[in-house]
Amino acid sequence: MDKNTKKTKIVKDIKVETKKCVGCRACEIACSAFHAVPRYSSVNTTRSRIMVVMDEVRDIFVPIRAGDYTPAECNGRNKYVIDGIEYDECTFCPASCPSRDAFKEPDSGLPLKCDMCESDPPLEQPMCVDACTFGALTYEEREVEVFEEEEQEKLEDLEIVFESLIKKYGKKKVRSTFSRLTKG
Amino acid sequence: MRYAETGFQLEVDLSKGSIEKVETDPRDTALFLGGNGMNAKLLYDRVPPETDPWSPDNLLIFGNGLLNGTYVPGANRVSVDTIAPLNGLMGHSLMGGFFGAEMKMAGYDRIVIRGEAPDLVYLAIHDDKVEVRDAKHLRGKGMYDTQRMIQEELNDKRAWVAAIGPAGENRVIMSSIDCGNSSAARTVGPVMGAKNLKAIAIRGTKDVYIANPAKAWEMCSRLRKRLDENPNVGDWMAVDEDDSFHHNNFSWGNARVRRKTFWSATLEERWRNLKYDHMSRQTGCWNCPKACHNVIHWPGRKRFSYKCYGKDTYHMASFQELDFTYEILGISQNLGLDSYSTPQVIAFGLELLHAGILTEKDFPGMPKDVRARFYYLLDKIAHREGIGDILAHGISGAAAIIGNGAEQFDHNTVKKFEQLPIKLGKLNPAYFLMIATGEDMAITQIEGSFPQDPITDPEMKEEFIAKWTAVPDEKFVEWFRQWEKRDQLPDDAMCAITDWNECMHYLDDSLGFCGFVSSFRGQFGGTTGYDIWIMPEVITHVAGIEFDKDRLWECFERNRTLVRALNNRAGLKRSMERPPEDHWAVRNEEYEQELLTKYYDFKGWTFDGIPTKETLEKLSLGYVAEDLIKRGVLTGNEVTALKDARARKEKE
Repeated sequence: MDKNTKKTKIVKDIKVETKKCVGCRACEIACSAFHAVPRYSSVNTTRSRIMVVMDEVRDIFVPIRAGDYTPAECNGRNKYVIDGIEYDECTFCPASCPSRDAFKEPDSGLPLKCDMCESDPPLEQPMCVDACTFGALTYEEREVEVFEEEEQEKLEDLEIVFESLIKKYGKKKVRSTFSRLTKG
Repeated sequence: MRYAETGFQLEVDLSKGSIEKVETDPRDTALFLGGNGMNAKLLYDRVPPETDPWSPDNLLIFGNGLLNGTYVPGANRVSVDTIAPLNGLMGHSLMGGFFGAEMKMAGYDRIVIRGEAPDLVYLAIHDDKVEVRDAKHLRGKGMYDTQRMIQEELNDKRAWVAAIGPAGENRVIMSSIDCGNSSAARTVGPVMGAKNLKAIAIRGTKDVYIANPAKAWEMCSRLRKRLDENPNVGDWMAVDEDDSFHHNNFSWGNARVRRKTFWSATLEERWRNLKYDHMSRQTGCWNCPKACHNVIHWPGRKRFSYKCYGKDTYHMASFQELDFTYEILGISQNLGLDSYSTPQVIAFGLELLHAGILTEKDFPGMPKDVRARFYYLLDKIAHREGIGDILAHGISGAAAIIGNGAEQFDHNTVKKFEQLPIKLGKLNPAYFLMIATGEDMAITQIEGSFPQDPITDPEMKEEFIAKWTAVPDEKFVEWFRQWEKRDQLPDDAMCAITDWNECMHYLDDSLGFCGFVSSFRGQFGGTTGYDIWIMPEVITHVAGIEFDKDRLWECFERNRTLVRALNNRAGLKRSMERPPEDHWAVRNEEYEQELLTKYYDFKGWTFDGIPTKETLEKLSLGYVAEDLIKRGVLTGNEVTALKDARARKEKE
């Protein structure tokens, strides 16, 4: 494969306009309902992959979406002053981390991550965006050109994961688990 | 499996320190729904009429509407109910925001507080973990600090904290229970104070289940879109800068002076700038596509938010302008004082001083400037110092203590509760009935489905009727069609209109709907968000209990009748059912009493305004009839009001 050929890829973004957020949490509610099994069968905002960080006295209304899990707390905490309002770094941070009670499955404690409501057939836009009648969340798709090589790297990432799993559990265990999980 | 509701209530006895999670009977849900209905049942069953409202035996109940915590848009209101020390009757207040949904996710439909803690405590709830915690360090703290300190102690910024301020701790009759941008402001705060309960902090991480997921989601998405697009729902006061209605028509001071030409274009412009120069944003409640709270950042003050008529009360009571409300409202909210009654109480105090019934000696060190006087009295009332200790009883209570003619200045209360400062010319029969008999105490909690005024233009009238989907019965259409003058409709129409208006509020309060998307907004434009036709389908699919219009209407009748019986048992008398004597300039006592009799009859009540045995039994409230007979409130042989000999005499 030619490592220098480019291909276009669609990147999905949700633009957040904090000024427009009214703190109704409709995004959280829609998210938790959509991800319930069966779909729409329950509401539990602790299961949501979006959370509105709210503080009326400080005029902070920031919807953040769950990003990657991190096993460590960050050691430096910055404060940001934007238009006269002071924000903690946590206000914008999407991580599921040990230092706060956010983006963790309440039953298992496992990290939650936004999947942009991937489903079949695909939705026009993620549920949180759809629920936001105030326009604080807007869905945007943009095309980016990536080298095939970058795609390749992704596979390599997976290899790293398997290597570490094999190191930890042994080939046999990983193989049997993998074949059990991928059956059917 | 229970849907929409959790099937459990949390029962806390602060005297014993006991905490119980009690499973409830789903048959009660089908009868009373939730919210004020279930609360009224608990109060009826557990608080006998001889109970002193201040005593540990009184209950304070935070009752979720049945649909709270689900994705039904605009369902988030918690009924906070108790026996009110103000008048010994059922005290009913509503709180929107997020407290209710969080309670559901913690696994409870309601929180029932009994007893009295030996010293100030707060309740910390995280799912099944419930603790009574020491709150001595929070004594005297305002709303801002209480909420922040509790969240810090619990290390949980997502916990919702419903708290009382110093006013509630000091058992001020006008004190409120506040949580974020919402407030249960009417008659319930002092009971929380009497229980030595500073706050309830709640956090929930459990699922609230939906009965018929696919159908419910499709329906709720459609309703959400409809609410969003409908200009007739939500609070117009949050967005419309023309507020001539309240300023020109309502009375200023101690409900005393009408300023019919107060409003002007230049004033509107000035106030618009004042608002937008200081407004940080508008905020909403749980899952509602309307944002009815304006968040104001005033120089030298912490941010606060207000909604509805709370924007006007302070400056109208003090003959100032909007800037004064913006200046004082955050302070008063932080002290935990209701913005509906408190300004009237202060204006009443100052009126007594002006009239010489109180003297300068009663107000030591009070400044001359009226704005400064309001701050002075606010502080005195919240901390119950000097004259504030007396005014803390509310207008009726204070007038009785002061005596010496002060009672004459208590001219705007019904059943001791301060009313909206409305003073009009000609009697409006439907409003007479609503104000006289409404047990939610304030007209805004009773009116709302039938339009306030007729439409005289025939074309516009028919246009209105064509869009009037909320109307429960053709008879209302016929009455509306023939309606020319506000006060002129047959008496049976006035009775039915009052009944329908009440119905929608009772259903809202038991289901969790906010009046702004439902009961209160039908009177303007006719197309409100929720009506008697839409509600049954929502309950069926979300809560999994089959409902149709008739069955739901019967729930209203049951809940309404139960509240009435509870109050009858507590001493509510026909003679107490009087709008303020000066509410209308032209009155007709004879006609009013006749109308009242007809309304009682319409409701299946006796001439004394008590539901008959038959009425109670028909609504599966036979046990209430038995109790009322046992207590001598009913004999069991009563007939409905019009069949009573006294009614015939009235007619002659």
